[in-house]
Order: sequence, then C-alpha cells, then structure tokens
Amino acid sequence: MTTTIENPNYAYPARSAGRRGPNLEKAGWIFMRASGVVLVVLIFGHLAYNLLWTPGGIHAVDFGFVGGKLAQPFWQWWDVLMLWLAILHGSNGMRTIVNDYVHKPTIRAVALWAIGIAAAILIILGTLITFTFNPCPEGADPSLLPSFCAEL
Amino acid sequence: MSETSSSLTLPDPTPRKTTFSGTLYRGNEGMWSWVLHRITGVAIYFFLLVHVLDTALIRVSPEAYNAVMATYKNPVMGLGEVVLVGAVVLHAMNGLRIILVDAWPWATKHQRLLFWIVMGLVAALMLYFTPTHLINVFSPIEGGH
Repeated sequence: MTTTIENPNYAYPARSAGRRGPNLEKAGWIFMRASGVVLVVLIFGHLAYNLLWTPGGIHAVDFGFVGGKLAQPFWQWWDVLMLWLAILHGSNGMRTIVNDYVHKPTIRAVALWAIGIAAAILIILGTLITFTFNPCPEGADPSLLPSFCAEL
Repeated sequence: MSETSSSLTLPDPTPRKTTFSGTLYRGNEGMWSWVLHRITGVAIYFFLLVHVLDTALIRVSPEAYNAVMATYKNPVMGLGEVVLVGAVVLHAMNGLRIILVDAWPWATKHQRLLFWIVMGLVAALMLYFTPTHLINVFSPIEGGH
C-alpha cells in the first residue's frame, strides 16, 4: 500500500496571496536554526570550561572564578552572546508552544506578553550586569575575590 | 502561487507495535524526537530564567553570589545537573538533526537512522560528562563551605 502526498505548495501556500511586508515567521524559522547552531558551540563551551576542564568543576564555581572570567572581554562577549541567543531562541520556542496549545485569546495574549516581558527583562538585566560588573568591589572580603584583585 | 508540478509517493510507514497503537499518533522515531525536543526545550527555558537571575546576584555581593552557588553544589542538585545537561545535549543533537532533515534530501529520507545516531551521540557525550561531573559533585569540598 502506498500513500500519495500532494505537493503542499499548492493547497497550503506558505504565505497567503497578497500578504505584504517582511515574512516574520520565515525569519523566525531561520533564526531558530542559525541561533541553534551557534548556541551548540557557546553552551557546550560554557559547560565544558566550567564543569569539566576547570579542576573541581561545579565546586570551583564561585565569585572568584566567575568574577575572574567576567573581567575578560572574551568571556564577557561569550556570555552576552549566549544570553541574547538563548533567551530569544527559548522565548520563540515557548511562543510556538503557546500558539499550539493555548486557544483562548485572552489567555494566549497573557502568555505571549509574559514570555516577551520576561525575555526583555532578562536580556537587559544580564547585559547591564556583564558590562558594569566590578570583579574587585571595595570593602569585600579579599579571600572571596579573584586573585588579581590583591595586586590593585 | 504556482500550480503543483510534483507529488511525492511514499510507501506507508510501518509503525512499531506499541501499547500506544490506536491512539492519535503512533510511536515512531519522528514522534518521539518531536516530543523529546519540546519537553527538553521547555525544561531548559525555565532553567535559563532561573540561571540568569542567580548569575545576576554577582552584581550584588560576593557573599550573595556564593550563597546561591552553594545550592548548586548540593549532591541532589548535582544529580539534577546531569539530567539538565542530558536535556541540553539531547536538544542540541536533535536540533542539528532537524536542520539536516530540512536542508538535505538524503537526511529527510534517512531521518529514522538519524534519530538513532542522535541517541548514540547523546549517550557518548553523557559518558564523557557524567563521570567527571559526579566525581566533582561527590568529592569533599575544599575550604569547607
């Protein structure tokens, strides 16, 4: 037995005829794939560096370790790019799921706004922190700070 | 929209016999990879929200950041981290499979094989990650926090 699948372009065009302006759903589709590939590199690097290649792994993660990383432009840009792409990729994925399962217009609008507001807050918060961060705050216990703070 | 020029004729897929047969959508590899991609995606999203907020405490004080990081060093959380990394690895490998299936006709035809390759890669990557991480989780903490 065989099944014949009609060429879907005819019965269900990807876009309604006469629709104008940028195709945002297509842009989103491409973004999920492009950001996904970059996120595999950024997140695997994040996990391998912090949890596998640093002696002590999870036990070594503290203010001294992360402060020492965020004092370097390389890790600042790594983390900020990872933040933006992960939040946008995750939020767009959640939007897809809400569109699939939430049918009541009011609840759907609330859910989509919640996803959008959470994304905006976390992106702004994370970006500000990464670039205004002081690894050697005044008056802090020196034993908790990155080692280079002693030389200042 | 242009007139249709070609249609695709495929043999009917033979579904595996499962206890789910008779439900809407029988359990082939394509369904399970879709289900796993959604579940892992939602789980990672909620962890991401928490992880950005806990990292934000680094701007408050060294004590506040170290206090929240101490919760990640608890052995129960350590086991949870294995599950979380497993979810990330699965979502990552399956996402690459989706890109291949979309972009490359060979991969579209062999998506079933690719699902099992994804599973093999996840197993291999977790065999690399889990022993090192669990040794760290269950080792005595130096400095005694």
